[in-house]
Amino acid sequence: MFNNFFHKLASPKYFYGFSGRLLPWLATGFILLTLAGLYYGLVKAPPDYQQGDSYRIMFVHVPSAWMSLFIYVVMAGAGAIGLVWRIKLAEVISISSASVGASFTFLALVTGSIWGKPMWGTWWVWDARLTSELILLFLYLGIIALHNAIDDKRIAARATAILAIVGVVNIPIIHYSVEWWNTLHQGPTVTKFDAPSIHLSMLIPLLLMAVAFKLYYLMVVLMRARCEVIERERNTGWVKQLVESQ
Amino acid sequence: MTPKRRNRIILIVLMIAGVGIATGFALKAFNENLMFFYQPSQVIAGEAPAGRLIRVGGLVTTGSVQRQPDGLTVQFALTDNIETIRIQYTGILPDLFREGQGIIARGRLGDDRIFIAEEVLAKHDENYMPPEVADALKAAHEKGVSETGAAGTTP
Repeated sequence: MFNNFFHKLASPKYFYGFSGRLLPWLATGFILLTLAGLYYGLVKAPPDYQQGDSYRIMFVHVPSAWMSLFIYVVMAGAGAIGLVWRIKLAEVISISSASVGASFTFLALVTGSIWGKPMWGTWWVWDARLTSELILLFLYLGIIALHNAIDDKRIAARATAILAIVGVVNIPIIHYSVEWWNTLHQGPTVTKFDAPSIHLSMLIPLLLMAVAFKLYYLMVVLMRARCEVIERERNTGWVKQLVESQ
Repeated sequence: MTPKRRNRIILIVLMIAGVGIATGFALKAFNENLMFFYQPSQVIAGEAPAGRLIRVGGLVTTGSVQRQPDGLTVQFALTDNIETIRIQYTGILPDLFREGQGIIARGRLGDDRIFIAEEVLAKHDENYMPPEVADALKAAHEKGVSETGAAGTTP
């Protein structure tokens, strides 16, 4: 039954209907969680013992940085599934993720820069964490450019999938950069083996924002994938029926 | 699973492994260049190039910060709990600069073994907590230190 569900989901027609019903829920969840996260983060959470109120940019910076890595893994994973099983929907999900991931990477870099100026005393340094995150942005941009450069969608999907899979090697480098080398960027706070070294009153809004960003990604990637599916399937019966019914 | 698909999976796994190993070797080869700063003990041991622009990172030794009469020049000691070097800096320090704080100074080591910094950046740690919690932790730590200190003196 579970297998059956995935088989059905992978059919463009079923996906279109299913994702259409899912979208309003994702949007509602995203708005509610963002409002709650911002309220608890900006109003309820106490100031930091060292950084005062400036640390609050973390509630945007950290989820964006997490998303930049998460989306890359999803993109490469979907690309690999597309390569192996030649599932069209996986290719669509993979390329639809690229621009969302690029946006989150850009956001992480910009908010980090704004945070760095008052705290570290500099907008930018070429330490391992910041440089590897910048490379991630270039990887995303390269994948988008490569996809746009090839007219045949199937060939484009294969080429971008290979580039995305090669780039996966950067993901552990970004994550462990602060442990392998000495950097200006501090070490991990939440994702370390012992208890997170962040007070619960600050951890809750951080996690709320992280889930909110995840829902936002799901929402946007589904919207983009729906467009792409319709465009690719424009000559099939179900799309014609859909257009006529509206 | 068809043999064709299995071959594709094997190919992808080999590709990831190959790229991963190549990157691993490259990073290992450039390991030293990827370090953002030297530690004071490395500078003392002569591992850092002399006379060149380098970065030194460590903790500002408590009680070592001295302001010069001109009001802008600061001298302080930087330690990695093994060795200590003195640093002199003229300019505006970042807000987070304080004794016990991790900082990174960019500059050159002078002949008199004083490191002349052109730029001082503050590092902050990965801990986030309200001021009250930090105070409570500090008090508990001091209490713990004095208790173990007292225990140490009794035979």
